[in-house]
Amino acid sequence: MEKNVTLIALFAALIAALGLIPPVSLGFGVPITAQSLGIMLCGTILGAKRGGLAVMLFLLLVAIGLPLLSGGRGGLGVFAGPSVGFLVGFPIAAFVIGLIVEKWRAAPLLIVAGVASVLGGIVVMYVFGIIGMSVMLDKTLVEAAKIALVYVPGDLLKAGIAAMLTSALATARPASVLSRIDAH
Amino acid sequence: MISLTSPVKTRAHGWPAGAKLAGLCAVTCGLFLTQNLALHAAVFAGVLLLSALPGRAFFFASIRHLRVLAPFIIIIAIWHLWTFDGAKGATIILRMLSAVALANLVTMTTKLTDMIDVIQVLSRPLTRFGLRANVLELAIAMVIRLTPVLVDKGTRLSEAWSARSHRRAGWRIVLPFTIIALDDADQVAEALRARGGFDALEEK
Repeated sequence: MEKNVTLIALFAALIAALGLIPPVSLGFGVPITAQSLGIMLCGTILGAKRGGLAVMLFLLLVAIGLPLLSGGRGGLGVFAGPSVGFLVGFPIAAFVIGLIVEKWRAAPLLIVAGVASVLGGIVVMYVFGIIGMSVMLDKTLVEAAKIALVYVPGDLLKAGIAAMLTSALATARPASVLSRIDAH
Repeated sequence: MISLTSPVKTRAHGWPAGAKLAGLCAVTCGLFLTQNLALHAAVFAGVLLLSALPGRAFFFASIRHLRVLAPFIIIIAIWHLWTFDGAKGATIILRMLSAVALANLVTMTTKLTDMIDVIQVLSRPLTRFGLRANVLELAIAMVIRLTPVLVDKGTRLSEAWSARSHRRAGWRIVLPFTIIALDDADQVAEALRARGGFDALEEK
């Protein structure tokens, strides 16, 4: 119990830290933050339940007024803005990613984590994000999708990085990929 | 860690946090029920007036928080000028600005501790599903305490990298960073257990 709670808290802090540290840029000249990489890693490393809870704890702290979202954003305002759908999708994305990594054991972890990050971190996240945008900006779903889809290339890159990091962690310290150890 | 609560004391700092949050929910829902441009303009003017009441510093701080909406304002403005539907575009932009500014006002005038009290009340029904209120509180405290610790360790990691390489650290540094988080979780859990774990929390 203590171990699970500290893991959830530390990974919530990790998501925050990845959004705060300026030197962590993803290269290729793409000005994107590592924060959604943190969300993907929560799923691939911690598994569905703990990963989802870590992201929810992170969002709870953002909501009560800590400037933990990338760029120092936070407070209730971000939940009233056009990107609220993505925030709602964050924990669900981590849960789906974790679930896929826990259940699908037949293929190499690199491929499983990559597919999971794309399905959870992009497909699931954008479904919620696009619905949120269409409501907040009064656009149809197709119109909202056109606005949101500019971020897909950056997120594809992050899904690939999340997969590489997860499989590297499994090679270096297999016991640390908790989604594969004691899935429950 | 610095929270987004405004250091400028306002009368609203003393109001109960629960009431402010309930009011915010009601007003935000109301904003989405009407399409009347004049009404939205009036509401936004009212929100600006509210932000201006506590003085210059508070007003500029609340305007600064709205800057993140700039890309959306530009997209919507271009979109609706393109479709010759400026009134609808203005309504959408004003509604977005009012909703976000009002929510920011609540955040700026509510202390972190008051917000945590509200969470305690709101999470009470979840105890039936096995959530322990004091464990949630401890988890919140841990994140607040450990985020600066992790940021510090991450900064040192990238310094260590740049001391050894002329290339930038980039994404590779996230792996040791993640391992640090995993190890810290191990050590904190051990320290908690050594002090009686969560069962010791129960007795207080």
